[in-house]
Amino acid sequence: MRLLDSRDHLGELPRVGPRFIDALESSGLAGRGGAGFPAGVKWRAVAQRSRGDAVILVNGAEGEPRSKKDRVLMCARPHLILDGAFIAARVLRAGRIVLYIGERHTAARDSMLRALGERPEPERGLVSLAAAPARYVAGAEAAAVHMVNEGLATPTNTPPYPFERGVDGAPTLVQNVETLAHAALLARTGSIPGTMLLTLAGAAARPGVVEVDEGTTIGEAIQRAGGVAETPRAVLLGGYFGSWVEPERAWKLQLDHRSLRDQDLGLGCGVIGLLPARGCPVCETAGIMRYLATESSAQCGPCFFGLRALADACTRIAEGGADPDALRRLHRWSADVRGRGACKHPDGAVIFLSSALTVFAREFAEHASHLARRIA
Amino acid sequence: MSRAHGLVVDRIKCDGRGLCAELLPELIRLDDWGYPILAPGAVPQHLLPLAQRAVEECPVLAIALRRTEHRR
Repeated sequence: MRLLDSRDHLGELPRVGPRFIDALESSGLAGRGGAGFPAGVKWRAVAQRSRGDAVILVNGAEGEPRSKKDRVLMCARPHLILDGAFIAARVLRAGRIVLYIGERHTAARDSMLRALGERPEPERGLVSLAAAPARYVAGAEAAAVHMVNEGLATPTNTPPYPFERGVDGAPTLVQNVETLAHAALLARTGSIPGTMLLTLAGAAARPGVVEVDEGTTIGEAIQRAGGVAETPRAVLLGGYFGSWVEPERAWKLQLDHRSLRDQDLGLGCGVIGLLPARGCPVCETAGIMRYLATESSAQCGPCFFGLRALADACTRIAEGGADPDALRRLHRWSADVRGRGACKHPDGAVIFLSSALTVFAREFAEHASHLARRIA
Repeated sequence: MSRAHGLVVDRIKCDGRGLCAELLPELIRLDDWGYPILAPGAVPQHLLPLAQRAVEECPVLAIALRRTEHRR
């Protein structure tokens, strides 16, 4: 059974108890929000702390600009997501479910609310709605909890993690909508569907959301969606916190969390962006760095000032106005910024940038030397 | 295994005043924007008094000494 092409409402909820966590753990289901954290471990951590007061935060913020898969799923299978949330509530003895949905994703929100209206009491009464601001960091776990608690979608210091002290101070499971849908199918059928949702963006012939079997190669996934619209120069794997990969290498990569992690890559939230060969990789990288700098929640100095400085330097290189030391500074600042925020925003940005400096080393060097040539 | 002390910075509280780096340059340097970068690992015994001073003098109370289990 797949996520996207099945009937949405599958009938009464299956009976599940604490043993379901064992099944979730052995299924190996990894979170689909971006970090790929094992779902079973998360559920176990909340279960151990719940005294009947746990909270399920259904994460449909989808703040990643290129990603559409969570919205598509919320529109297509709202009941399956709700099943996952209700099952989590039973297994973790939760008294409250919060649907946290991007404020601009109105079709997704309406679809979820319509489905909720079709659910029986008393379950329906557990659920409330919270709007996620259209900011990149709003979907981060701690930011989501902060938003529900205090109306501020900014990350907080961890620990305490949401599973320790989350919404209303209670142990909270923050779980992406796609992950919950997989968990719901596991409870119903005894196995996870073994598929994943991807958003194909950029120079794909048919950009949009596809569902593929885990282990499919990127090349196959793109072929199945109609191939490429034009020759790509590079593939951005995993969205803006992801990495640029050379097309020859990317095409052969298998889409599963473990094998990607072994190669220091990640699927992130499942965005696969194709940069067309006629595009300028330096300009594209500078644009994304500018975006990530703007999306800093401006709480931690190294992130707020560091990402800005990095974005400015990238822009100067892209415009050919950089001094000869610009590239060296990019490397030094990247190392300085990493690991020095309350959340992983600065880390994600510099991991992305370091992949650009590797894959586009030639382009960066040529751009950076524009000014040197002009002076000479 | 022995008890050791490590420095931690609350990145949200830290305002980049830089006093810590002046008091304890052996373990703390500032990045290009004035925010502290800590040397990894435990604080050596002979620097503990200075580390304590850096903690106490921080105007926004952003830096702390924590007891850690530290492998040697």
